[in-house]
Amino acid sequence: MLSDYIPIAIFVVVATGFAVFTLVFASLLHSEKYNKVKLEPYECGIEPITDARDRYSIRYYLVAMLFVIFDVETVFMFPWAVIFDKLLLFGLIEMVVFIFILVVGYYYAWQKGALEWA
Amino acid sequence: MPAGVSLRDFYYLLPELVLTGGALLVLIADVLLPRRSGHALAWITLLVLAATLASLGTFSGTHEVAHGLIAVDEFALFFKVVFLVSAAVTVLMSVRYLEIEGASPGEYYFLILCATLGMMILAGGIDLITIFIGLETMAVSFYILVGFIKPNQKSNEAAVKYFLLGAFSLGILLYGMSLLYGLSGTTNLRVMAPVFFGPETRHDPRLILAVMLVVAGVGFKIAAVPFHMWAPDVYEGAPTPVTAFLSVGSKAASFAMILRIFLEGLPAMVHDWQILFEALAIVTMTVGNLAALTQTNLKRMLAYSSIAHAGYILIGLVAGTPRGVSAMLIYLFIYTFMQLGAFTVIVLMRRRDVVGDELKDFSGLHFRHPYAAFAMLLFMLSLGGIPPTAGFMGKFWLFSAAIDAHYYWLAVIGVLNSAVSLYYYIRLVVFMYLKKDATGSEPSTTPALTVALAIAVVATIYIGIYPRVLFEIAEASARTLGVVGITAALP
Amino acid sequence: MLLSAALFIIGVIGVMVRRNIIIIFMSIELILNAVNINLVAFSAQLQNNVGQVFAIFVVAVAAAEAAVGLGIILAFYRNKETVNIDEMNLMKW
Repeated sequence: MLSDYIPIAIFVVVATGFAVFTLVFASLLHSEKYNKVKLEPYECGIEPITDARDRYSIRYYLVAMLFVIFDVETVFMFPWAVIFDKLLLFGLIEMVVFIFILVVGYYYAWQKGALEWA
Repeated sequence: MPAGVSLRDFYYLLPELVLTGGALLVLIADVLLPRRSGHALAWITLLVLAATLASLGTFSGTHEVAHGLIAVDEFALFFKVVFLVSAAVTVLMSVRYLEIEGASPGEYYFLILCATLGMMILAGGIDLITIFIGLETMAVSFYILVGFIKPNQKSNEAAVKYFLLGAFSLGILLYGMSLLYGLSGTTNLRVMAPVFFGPETRHDPRLILAVMLVVAGVGFKIAAVPFHMWAPDVYEGAPTPVTAFLSVGSKAASFAMILRIFLEGLPAMVHDWQILFEALAIVTMTVGNLAALTQTNLKRMLAYSSIAHAGYILIGLVAGTPRGVSAMLIYLFIYTFMQLGAFTVIVLMRRRDVVGDELKDFSGLHFRHPYAAFAMLLFMLSLGGIPPTAGFMGKFWLFSAAIDAHYYWLAVIGVLNSAVSLYYYIRLVVFMYLKKDATGSEPSTTPALTVALAIAVVATIYIGIYPRVLFEIAEASARTLGVVGITAALP
Repeated sequence: MLLSAALFIIGVIGVMVRRNIIIIFMSIELILNAVNINLVAFSAQLQNNVGQVFAIFVVAVAAAEAAVGLGIILAFYRNKETVNIDEMNLMKW
């Protein structure tokens, strides 16, 4: 029913109203003072060392690529975990084989020095 | 153990399991063995391939394994033998090539084995998911192999082009597959086939769209015109052994996939895809041959010629009869050997400073190395389809299958194209035998290359003279495919 | 269905029009995502899990492909200092 959506409508109105109200109210009240500290990205955080648009080390990509591959393989573990109790030993063995293949790849990358930073 | 999966399934998948284990073994051996042990790795790789080949013979008959994901039948067996043999010849070719290029052999052989594994899965796949996995295992391995010579700009460029177009075609193919799944409610080709015979889905425009997308996707893979633009660049830029394997293994695997998808999964749509493939076959043959005429780089010329050959092979699919399918298998088998042989000769010409793939490198080869020149002569005649070589038998069978199915036009165009193709094949022969200048490069042989060459030569001559055995095997293999379905659908 | 068709078409146009390898690659990823949406939508509509399984495989393979592809593009960039496909002109015809 359409009336079921009334709470959501109220929520949306309140949320938008709050945001608009805060912004408008603050802009009416605040003083117009700018200085170097105020313009930093993290006003009360760590001091920035260099510009954020710096060039990353090329080695970063290698690590990132390896990460992406091993990261996405976990996608197969979620469905497995959900019905693990139905697959029993067979499922366990299958997963061990799967992880073994991944480990071989990992071992290879390690031995080849892909994980060395320097 | 869940229902439907049993130890028998693993028994039928033994060749694939052996190959997977072997590939991992090569990877680990690469790390453990001391540096510069390329020969040892090549031996291990060959042993793995031999073991896989041997394990293929441990069972026979037709089976569906793992919930109907993979079919183990004679059709798959036929293709698996083709893949394993061509992988072995490729390894033989590669040993010296890698030494010259200074590339690391471990990853190379591992990727060759992975690509072979992908092809084997592709040949057996009767489910869209399995087909997709096999295709990608093969394609991703090839992306890396093509760009394997990292300092070489041509190799880089070829890899980028192959990767972008390969991934693009994959996207198109997958979109078509997702529509097929949505319309039939299954990804299994054999379950899908009867669904599409129903009157309401058959005329659904989305189904026609899906068929067109799948045709375009597979058209990229076999480099059919107008989806062929990547082939010449990739063939020229890739390391020569990889080019050989790509043009043979990848093409055969893609044809296996085409036969599975269209004959087993979409017999209901036969009129739609038959006309698409008919157009593709005609354009592919003609454009491939005409473009090959002007090439001066041999690898590029062979690339265009392989495009043209894909066109010939498509004739068998258009004919759609069991005879057409067996003609395709026969032709693919023969093509494997003549193409691998031609590339082996090009590898022979490779020296530290010369790539050896330009036409002028071959001028006067007969006077410097008569055996290599003779082998090349044989492969060129075979590719051109001159008796008594194997190429003639293959073409004869294909064209007669077309005539059998009343596609006279297609046969005539095929024969005309063969005549055109002779021009550029013979031109190379003229360079080798009639030019006496000494500008060409000196070939150098190694035992491995000699063995590779010998296999190709013997196969080309033997099949040309005694084709009967191959024909019988191919016919038996074609019968196991669901070709019965398609002939029933024909008017 | 409409969403995935739109994504698919955006992806295809992107591949054909853009000249930057990275952006072409992103367009290809868009196509794959269109496929995934299609698969999951059909799967929900048909009350059939196969589509979701297929989608998971597509995601995993797309990741592997992305890693390989970026590696290839990186190797190309190191030699050539460009990611513009108009400058890939070593081999023609």
